Amino acid sequence: MPEVIMPKMGDAMTEGKLLRWIKQQGEPVKKGEPIAEIETDKVNVDIEAEWDGVLARLVAGAGDVVPVGSPIAVIARPGEQIDASASARSAAPGGGAAPAQAASPQAAATTAHPRRPAATQPAPDAQGQVRASPLARRLAEQHAISLQAIIGTGPQGRITEGDVEAAVSARAATPAAGPAPAGPTPAGARDVALTRMRQTIARRMTESKHTTPHIYLTASVRMDTAMDVRRELNDRLGPERKISVNDLVVKAAALALVKYPNLNASFIGNAIRHPGEININVAVSMPDGLISPVLHHCDRKPLWQIAQEAKALAERARAGHLRSEDLTAGTFTVTNLGMFDVDVFAAIITPPQAAVLAVASAKPQAIVKDGHVEVATIMQLTLSSDHRVTDGAESAQFLREVRRLLETPASLIAEGI
Amino acid sequence: MPEQTYRDAIRSALIGEMDRDSSVVLMGEDIGVYQGTFRITADLLAKYGPTRVIDTPISEEGFVGSAIGMAMLGLRPVVEMMTWNFSLLAFDQIVNNAAKIRYFSGGQVDVPLVVRGPNGAGVQLSAQHSQSVEVFYAHVPGLRVVAPATPADAKGLLRTAIRGKDPVIFLEHAALYNIKGEVPDGDFVVPFGKAEIARPGRDVTIVAFSRMLQVALAAAATLAEDGIEAEVINLRSLRPLDHNTIITSVSHTHRAVVVQEEWKPYGAAAEISATIMEGAFDLLDAPVERVTGADVPMPYARNLELLALPHEEHIVAAVRRTLYREAASRA
Repeated sequence: MPEVIMPKMGDAMTEGKLLRWIKQQGEPVKKGEPIAEIETDKVNVDIEAEWDGVLARLVAGAGDVVPVGSPIAVIARPGEQIDASASARSAAPGGGAAPAQAASPQAAATTAHPRRPAATQPAPDAQGQVRASPLARRLAEQHAISLQAIIGTGPQGRITEGDVEAAVSARAATPAAGPAPAGPTPAGARDVALTRMRQTIARRMTESKHTTPHIYLTASVRMDTAMDVRRELNDRLGPERKISVNDLVVKAAALALVKYPNLNASFIGNAIRHPGEININVAVSMPDGLISPVLHHCDRKPLWQIAQEAKALAERARAGHLRSEDLTAGTFTVTNLGMFDVDVFAAIITPPQAAVLAVASAKPQAIVKDGHVEVATIMQLTLSSDHRVTDGAESAQFLREVRRLLETPASLIAEGI
Repeated sequence: MPEQTYRDAIRSALIGEMDRDSSVVLMGEDIGVYQGTFRITADLLAKYGPTRVIDTPISEEGFVGSAIGMAMLGLRPVVEMMTWNFSLLAFDQIVNNAAKIRYFSGGQVDVPLVVRGPNGAGVQLSAQHSQSVEVFYAHVPGLRVVAPATPADAKGLLRTAIRGKDPVIFLEHAALYNIKGEVPDGDFVVPFGKAEIARPGRDVTIVAFSRMLQVALAAAATLAEDGIEAEVINLRSLRPLDHNTIITSVSHTHRAVVVQEEWKPYGAAAEISATIMEGAFDLLDAPVERVTGADVPMPYARNLELLALPHEEHIVAAVRRTLYREAASRA
């Protein structure tokens, strides 16, 4: 009898909360039908049935936190008897409400090594299998720390006990995870509990700042031609198919990454891993935080398609209907605060990526050209890159290529296909 | 505690048991008139007479079979194998009779038999006379297999072997007969299936038995100079195997190196490392390492024999691999 398991939605997800059952025990289900709603690190997602049959048993209840890969329900396929052993077996690993705090090694083993992590939701790991010792996996699970964010010092980058301990103490040393600030609390102070998204952002960004040596480079891009071309294109494409400035940056970054693949790589301890795909995360702000869904294969898609997909992706993100593939396998991130009249800003790299490009507002500025002052539309781009993977000179060349592409926008169309 | 050699520990245990129990008899090739090939039984013929110290013909299958019959009828024979290599001639008697008679008789008949003698390599006896046979026997239900590494263990384990109800494969080591060690006074025994922490440590567990324990202890001393604290387990018996001591140790060191003198494939180290995987998988921080003899018939030439045996530096290197510290500067 097939089990429905907690899917891995995003590379950093280790557990998910079951919000509610859409189908009840004993109800027939069809393949593709939503049967439950779960809360992952950042978003709420529907779990769909992978098989036709009957929802034979609910292993987890509403409100339960279940580790990725552990069963939440059992579906009896047509002709299958609903046998007690299946439910008893399933109940063991996922039955507890908080398996992450499991005390015994046996229970921890179950959570750390899901039997069929990808059985119901294809959630391919862009970085492939993480090499980690069993002890390191267990410790990481206990401390709810992502193996993806830890640098392995063992052979072939294997993560060891010491590596996890270093990451844990690094996290413990930060205010985000540390104790409340010392000193008297003002009378009017109030503490707001962290949402799951806030927790995830706090953890991931702290990990990144502690483990990734960032270098920052800023370049000014003259956007007059790009703005003209965009206006012209949008007049022809109509309001439904509008291309944004961000779409131009995403396309330019993708093309530049083809030339400078180190910016599209991951540091994995004793090697630089090249994923072989250019998938760009685009940060989308949300009422209580942000999320960065992925545009896949940006180097191979024409500008208009990137624009269309980015629009759909942002809508899905804001509506809370992201799919698992929207959250996995990103290799580079573009984040844009242009709409907030920001002159320049630097972003934090999302591990295990090697770089993030921060896009500020495009606005008129006085510039000097051929000895004369003139007015130009200038947009500042700031690249944060991982100094373990790349160096300042290479990062600068990448940034120069992004600028060249944006300043000659025909190349975004001509070189993009 | 007085010091004694491994040889004297075994010899004095035999004398003590013969004095204690008149059903204890010794049998074997050249143990009487010739005083024993390794002089374990020197002077015992004169002391106990030919009914208790029996020189046998060169006929391993015959005298082991006789000893099994004697044991079934109430005696406690202690058979000397001139070397354990010759036991292959008696393999059928040991495996098919000694190990199975209690089972076949529904528990009515015991075989309190001890077969003892030198096992292993290192004294230039060439390929046929340098083998380690422990796993040939440790594979078989119904046998006890012990391999003492120190004089005290040799004495205490031999007493347990002679006083027990089971057929015991008692594996001495020719290269250990002259080592000295403290041996407690009095009638102490060392039980089977209870390993000893020969040296406590926190960084890695080294599991060894027989002569390899001495090599492991030397390696641990060398490692300590570099600040690596190895815990060394002296197994004492291979069947029964003390799972608890091994798993408890690995549970706090998270790394293990298993050492054996014999060939690598299907050896004791394979069994022990599988035991660790079964009992402590989630506590391992590195793959279990095996240090073993070379997979060849033992060469006679001294230089090649040395190359075919595990040494201290092999254990040190294996420990460093489990600690991910291979690159450290050490000659």
